[in-house]
Amino acid sequence: MAYRTPLAHVLGLGSAKEGTEHFWKQRLTAVANFFLVCFLIWLLMGLIGADYPTVKRTLARPQNAIGMLLLVLSGVVHMRLGMQTVIEDYVHTQGLRVAALMLNSFFVYCIGITCAFAVLKLSLGG
Amino acid sequence: MTEAKQALERPLSPHLSIYRLEINMLMSIIHRITGLSLYVGTLLLATWLVAAATGKEPFDAVSGLFGHPIGKLILFGYTWALVHHLLGGLRHLVWDSGRGLQIWQVNVLSWLTILGSIFLTLAIWTVGLLLKGVL
Repeated sequence: MAYRTPLAHVLGLGSAKEGTEHFWKQRLTAVANFFLVCFLIWLLMGLIGADYPTVKRTLARPQNAIGMLLLVLSGVVHMRLGMQTVIEDYVHTQGLRVAALMLNSFFVYCIGITCAFAVLKLSLGG
Repeated sequence: MTEAKQALERPLSPHLSIYRLEINMLMSIIHRITGLSLYVGTLLLATWLVAAATGKEPFDAVSGLFGHPIGKLILFGYTWALVHHLLGGLRHLVWDSGRGLQIWQVNVLSWLTILGSIFLTLAIWTVGLLLKGVL
């Protein structure tokens, strides 16, 4: 402790310079996901057995599209952090761990962009 | 020689296998497994959304797959994983606030997670099937 500068002590960011960011983002998106998942279940229950035009029209409604986009954004951040924790817990080989963490980021951004693009196309694509 | 013997007798870090399985341990493991399942399961949501954005035929094909008994079973499992992870997350938020950490409270919260997740999953599917007019 004696070697830490007063500034480092006050900032409290630690050696990784991230501080409690991982913890906080995981909780922030957890709370957001609670509401957004409830929205998703409600939305999907209304679409059980619905035909294609109905599904398309429903997903194209601004309030539903915005809800879906928020869910995708919050969900993607949450799952990236969660998978990162699992990888760091179980994958101990350095090279493999870096590769797994990279794949994790690639996967969540691919899923996120894909879902977001589909929602936007349904809403704005005509 | 004595040192070697001491090294052998030194207590090792407590490992999972020496504990009796407790409900909160099981819920902790299931929370992680459901999290991983939901991670992979986002492919289902992405497939559905892309199909809907592509056109009627792809959408009907994906709907057919999800409507197949095996597809329904996967969606049922996905619903349970989602609800269980959601309730487990709420439990963790309670613990983050420094509350509910007495042993009996931990056990009650853990039982509420598993029983609540089963009840809510069945409720969601019952209401869903009622809405569709199957039940």
